Amino acid sequence: MEHNISVNLKIWRQRGPKEKGQFVNYKLDNVSTGSSFLEMLDMLNQQLVERGEEPVVFDSDCREGICGMCSLYINGHPHGPVQGITTCQLHMRKFNDGDTITIEPWRSAAFPVIRDLMVDRNAFDKIQQAGGYVSFNCGGAPDANATPISKEVADTAMDSATCIGCGACVAACKNGSAMLFVSAKVSQFALLPQGQVERKRRARAMVRKMDELGFGNCTNTGACAAECPKNIPLSNIARLNREFINAKCSE
Amino acid sequence: MYQMISDDNPYETPMMIFPASHYTMGGIWVDYELQTSVKGLFAIGECNFSDHGANRLGASALMQGLADGYFVLPYTMQNYLSDQIKVARSTFDTSHPEFDKAEADVRARIQRLMDIKGTKSPDEIHKRLGHVMWNLVGMGRTLQGLVKAIDEIEEVRKEFYNDLRVVGKADDLNTELEKALRLEDFLVIARMMAIDALNRNESCGAHFREEYQTADGEAARRDDQYMYVSCWKYTGDNVKPILIKEPLNYEAIKVQTRNYKS
Repeated sequence: MEHNISVNLKIWRQRGPKEKGQFVNYKLDNVSTGSSFLEMLDMLNQQLVERGEEPVVFDSDCREGICGMCSLYINGHPHGPVQGITTCQLHMRKFNDGDTITIEPWRSAAFPVIRDLMVDRNAFDKIQQAGGYVSFNCGGAPDANATPISKEVADTAMDSATCIGCGACVAACKNGSAMLFVSAKVSQFALLPQGQVERKRRARAMVRKMDELGFGNCTNTGACAAECPKNIPLSNIARLNREFINAKCSE
Repeated sequence: MYQMISDDNPYETPMMIFPASHYTMGGIWVDYELQTSVKGLFAIGECNFSDHGANRLGASALMQGLADGYFVLPYTMQNYLSDQIKVARSTFDTSHPEFDKAEADVRARIQRLMDIKGTKSPDEIHKRLGHVMWNLVGMGRTLQGLVKAIDEIEEVRKEFYNDLRVVGKADDLNTELEKALRLEDFLVIARMMAIDALNRNESCGAHFREEYQTADGEAARRDDQYMYVSCWKYTGDNVKPILIKEPLNYEAIKVQTRNYKS
């Protein structure tokens, strides 16, 4: 049942990208275990504002796990200790009375801190703009069953397309690699007919942009897939490697 | 998903459900080319009023975003751009007096909010506004409720301009200021929604006026009086918007009442 707990928060505060940051401790009482993690932070911010202090800056938007805006490294895990969810889907019932909760921003060279827990994830947009789309006019809707696609292929493409671009994979990776993100975006098109026309160009362009923006290399550790809130599997990275080699060989 | 949010297994305990409004019909007025009343400014996707009727279903937003972005805008925007090609590139700079005025207006607006120095955070006032809208301009609306809502929105507005507190600085990344600026806009929109709901003396789609219902409790439309889209022209934050009626003329279909029962 719902009850109230007290938590000790250890939060990374940093005024700007070039400034030195530090952990600041806060104690928060009367937190309902039914509230979400972000509601808990809203509560903290309300108390800070009442004291005339500046609130902790963090990103969020839909708060239902589909937009990819929320981030946060909670107790050493991107999106917190629970598997397969985003930070906004994490509830305070997962914590105990008196727990100390450490909250950090995504830490990666390609995602500079803007303020406190908010980081700049424009690098992902740039990778997407390099080729994460279908740009030709495919005409009107074709007749049903004119282009059969097996359920297995449709499901795999759909699973890849569930990537919300939050950046947890980069944050989790010891090398700061964006391979899981890029592989998901390449896979969702490489598997389907409408993605074929630009298939090679897409793989080349997106990988080139990823390298250019300062993301690290992949060493197949698998931390990305383990921490991904949408459970994007590592097999996407294998597919991306294949797509990329294929594209390069036919240059 | 339910278990993740509520911590109850719906296979074992009954699900807790209640009706709620999850979408607000309408949006920015656009013409058939999705251009707003500001020439050269296009509004596509959920923010415009164009594709849904008096109600909408799940995934309408996705359909609208895709249709507007893929199929409409790439063709209609060209009509506008084809005239623009005659405008010399050299005239595109920020030296126009309009730019200075726009910048000065925004700075003044921000300064005004920073100078209030009251006691209530934007979130506190936003929640108060939210309760007014939820209770009085929500799923069931009445004449008395809407009149009351307009008064209460005015009170929230007064509280906003007299007791708002924005911590931090204006020339910094300030999420409190961002919330305050959004809330200032919400106050204008909230008032307009209440005025619109009060004007429409019928039940239609998602707009349910409790006075206008059938014997079975279904929405009772009054097509003889309200077969139009209500477009509200903005004339200032404190001035009542002006109603422009766009008649609904159906040529290919016969207007009927949707019936889920037979």
